[in-house]
Amino acid sequence: MSILQRTACELVGSLRRGELSSAELTQACLDRIRAVDGQVGAFLRVDEQRALEQAEAIDQRRAKKQALGPLAGLPVAVKDVLCERGELTTCASRMLADFRPPYDSTVVAKLKAADAVLLGRTNMDEFAMGGSTENSAFQVTHNPWDLARTPGGSSGGSAACIAAGMTPLAIGTDTGGSIRQPAGLCGVVGMKPTYGRVSRYGLVAFASSLDQVGPMTHSVEDAALLVEVIAGHDPRDSTSLDEPVPQYSATVNEPLAGLRIGFAKEHFAEGLDAEVDQAVRAALEEYESLGAKVEEISLPHGKHGVATYYVIAPSEASSNLARYDGAHYGYRTDEQEMLIELAAQRKQLQAAGDQRGLDNLDSALVRMYRRTRAEGFGPEVKRRIMLGTYSLSAGYYDAYYLKALKVRRQIRQDYDRAFEKVDLIAGPITASPAFKLGEMTDDPLAMYLVDLYTVSANLAGIPGLCLPCGFTKAGLPIGLQLQARALDEERLLRGARMYEQATDWHKKRAPL
Amino acid sequence: MNEPYTTIIGLEVHVQLATASKLFCGCSTKFGAEPNTQTCPVCIGMPGTLPVMNLHAVELALRTAVALDCEIPPRTKWDRKQYYYPDLPKGYQISQYDLPMSHDGRLEISDTKGRFEPKTVRLIRAHLEEDAGKSLHDEAAGKGDSLIDLNRTGTPLLEIVTEPDLRSSAEAAVFLRELRLLLTYIAVSDCNMQEGSLRVDANINLHIDTAAGKVATPIVEVKNMNSFRAVERALDCEAPRQYREWQETRRVLGQSPKQTRGWDDAAGVTRAQRSKEESSDYRYFPDPDLNPVSFTAEEISRARGSLGELPATLRQRLEGEYSLPAYDADVLVNQGRPVVAYFLAVADDCHDGKVAANWITQDVLRVLKKRNLSIDELPVSSSAIAEMIVRIKSGELPAARARDVFQAMVDTGVDVGQAMSALGIASVDDSELVALCQHIVAANPKVAADVRGGKAQAIGALVGQAKKSNPNVNPNRVREICLELIGAQD
Amino acid sequence: MAITRQDVEKVALLARLQLSEAELATMSEQLAEIVGYVDHLAQVNTDGVEPMAHAIERSNVFRDDCVVESLPREEALAGAPHHDERGYLVPAVLGD
Repeated sequence: MSILQRTACELVGSLRRGELSSAELTQACLDRIRAVDGQVGAFLRVDEQRALEQAEAIDQRRAKKQALGPLAGLPVAVKDVLCERGELTTCASRMLADFRPPYDSTVVAKLKAADAVLLGRTNMDEFAMGGSTENSAFQVTHNPWDLARTPGGSSGGSAACIAAGMTPLAIGTDTGGSIRQPAGLCGVVGMKPTYGRVSRYGLVAFASSLDQVGPMTHSVEDAALLVEVIAGHDPRDSTSLDEPVPQYSATVNEPLAGLRIGFAKEHFAEGLDAEVDQAVRAALEEYESLGAKVEEISLPHGKHGVATYYVIAPSEASSNLARYDGAHYGYRTDEQEMLIELAAQRKQLQAAGDQRGLDNLDSALVRMYRRTRAEGFGPEVKRRIMLGTYSLSAGYYDAYYLKALKVRRQIRQDYDRAFEKVDLIAGPITASPAFKLGEMTDDPLAMYLVDLYTVSANLAGIPGLCLPCGFTKAGLPIGLQLQARALDEERLLRGARMYEQATDWHKKRAPL
Repeated sequence: MNEPYTTIIGLEVHVQLATASKLFCGCSTKFGAEPNTQTCPVCIGMPGTLPVMNLHAVELALRTAVALDCEIPPRTKWDRKQYYYPDLPKGYQISQYDLPMSHDGRLEISDTKGRFEPKTVRLIRAHLEEDAGKSLHDEAAGKGDSLIDLNRTGTPLLEIVTEPDLRSSAEAAVFLRELRLLLTYIAVSDCNMQEGSLRVDANINLHIDTAAGKVATPIVEVKNMNSFRAVERALDCEAPRQYREWQETRRVLGQSPKQTRGWDDAAGVTRAQRSKEESSDYRYFPDPDLNPVSFTAEEISRARGSLGELPATLRQRLEGEYSLPAYDADVLVNQGRPVVAYFLAVADDCHDGKVAANWITQDVLRVLKKRNLSIDELPVSSSAIAEMIVRIKSGELPAARARDVFQAMVDTGVDVGQAMSALGIASVDDSELVALCQHIVAANPKVAADVRGGKAQAIGALVGQAKKSNPNVNPNRVREICLELIGAQD
Repeated sequence: MAITRQDVEKVALLARLQLSEAELATMSEQLAEIVGYVDHLAQVNTDGVEPMAHAIERSNVFRDDCVVESLPREEALAGAPHHDERGYLVPAVLGD
């Protein structure tokens, strides 16, 4: 097996035993990237020289028997939405195309402290808004299983680079499903921890009460290793949970006796692809054969999840993205052109004797803001900003934003009730496997509805994980989602690992 | 008032809390730094940064709310107030909207000049929010540009809003002075308008009596008043202006949008300002990056306990226990806690509040002002003043020489006894006085005759001679003794 | 709830976005469709339900009042699109 088909945990063993050097491993990744990323487009930037330097430095420290972090020598790809001091952090947007933050995000700092090798930055939907990575301002990412299809989104780049064997570890972010959905569509493992489990400091915000950073890997065991490194309380993030991080990697291989698994009857309604339905049900049967008790539960408010999410997330986003106005950092429109445009408009209005038009004409400052944001943002970002601004505006706040916050609580209460009877909730991750590039770009609402199975976990703040549970006849991956109580990552990982060890899906690699 | 209208005034005061660091990040809040040298990714609002609440700011805010007799709700939260302005880098200000940390408070005001009856000014709310930066019109950078300095962004502010209970510019000025006094007493802010740690906007309109009943003019917000004097002048200018405008236009409250006018101190007028944002829809919503705060009953009572005696209570105590006239009590209290403490020490030592007050309000304050000293820096201790007063009252120190003694203590730092010795002041006992007077009366038969003849004031010459002979004599005693002696000569 | 072109223009100004004629038309349609979809939330019975603004509810999270070194000015201004040595430059702010 090529080293690129091995899991991170297996590689850690080889690195420790000196069977493999980090430089060799990193070079193998870089070779693979050079070989296939032209077709996949997972990476926005790869810093070959820096990665090899980091790898060699780790190898030297290992040779000197110095203490090393838990990810020592392992290449990690990071979604281009987490700040790294002095490095470009673009969020796949023209608005931040040249932005270099003067500080590290907590997650990147932890990866560095764990001695990971930072391989490069992965493609994403602009500002994490999207479900296909087609909203990137820079490039399209293709699903390694079928290059004509999307890898999902918004962490499509991170999912694709794992699926294509370009790196053993990747970091994604999940606001409405953006780790879990691409994991499912790309046949890899992706986990969204409990809200607040991982620090958001340095994570460019999309929707503050929903965003979380999480691992994307070949296996659940790898996910446990990675999430353990990035989790933990951060005094710089007021929403970060002040709870100790269990040693997920130490317990992940221990199966759970007496596991109670629920499946929501609402998840198996009309609209679910027949092959997906079949694969997920087979997974439930597998759990039963492993000794778990499987029963039906109900999540009655789940059907309002997409609507609730698409009020709350754009509202918070419209506020979080207000700072991109060209004044202090990031892109600014060409001021000369702007002033010329404004002068021409003024002349026109004067000629027409339109006093009202003249009174309402943008000032230079306002015109700078408007042009900067029109030019810096793509259409999906603009759409969500408009939607969010509308939901929060006077007269609509109660009917939309406030209302959505109430339904959110009801969604959470559904989970609380369900978790009185079961420990994990299993179900589909998406209604269909990976869709074709361009298939939904003209239908924003249809794209939003893909998030049906994933948004509720973000709204409720609970952790969720997706792992492969089969393939369609056409060879497209099918994902199984597991959800757990808040702060119950250990059970979630162990439960997922039980299924993973009993099956072979995770060992399959894209034929690229 | 013989004006045909009543002036209705409400004030919005922004007070910068005296924390070392900003509200949501560790940048210093020190005044006067070079532009953009006190910023960090958080207060610049860089992508990915998050706010973390400064505990001391919350404590100072709570202390203030309690001092202002406000209600403290069981739970308070922060909201985003959204608008676009270059000195607001996040595109929103973290403020408080529907659950402010305090509401329904009050401040009593009274005027020693008697311009209005003592009254209670009600406070609608006091809430904690972050400050914005500053924009300067930069001539150098190109005529079309403004220079933005973000040093001030994120500084903790307490916004205090009054009900429109004020009825004159005098009331407004007195309210501000009393508020500033209170805030400095409880040490929550420097309240320095020159440095911007206290800022005031006023809302003013008129109630006009007409034949058809009372009408109200539209409310005008007046900004850019940079001192309490400016507030008074601006309001004095704005009220009659509104009246003239009403006479011309007859526009009443509700018929036009709220206007904003800026005070031009040099020209002495208010000018209409172009409205910055279309009828500001601030789209308030709870800030998802911050958590609510709940104060416990213990915290609230601890805050109350930490206030110390407040100006209003101190004034009453000085008037009551120490029999000071209201004016003197006011002067002392207005000087701040350390001066009041000094006064109390002197008064308690010498058992004469009135005399102690005189010495402090006149001589001590004069020295402090002239030498730019704080009371703690005064080289004369309160016990020295007290001793001096005791000796004056006992006659040991002639009243006429007391100021010289005081000055000597200030200049050289010596104590009362040493000062008196150095100045050659010794008390002259009665037998010595009698001897001296006998001598002088005998040497001035003509004066004695004049006095006996009915010209009582002629005695002044004898007093003058006695003083010349010995500057330590008590002139009143000399006069008494001489009169006795002359009267006995017959 | 019908979303008029005027609504969209007002929202675009609030959001400081400049939309072309074509974008205004598309945006109006798309917003109308999306808002029409989320409108069904109005039918959900939420009587007595408290709004949930935070995913995990914490309170009283503070930091101590300690001064931490600020960014050097050059670093703070390094990413500014238009600046001089002292600060950020923007088109003149009126009506101050």
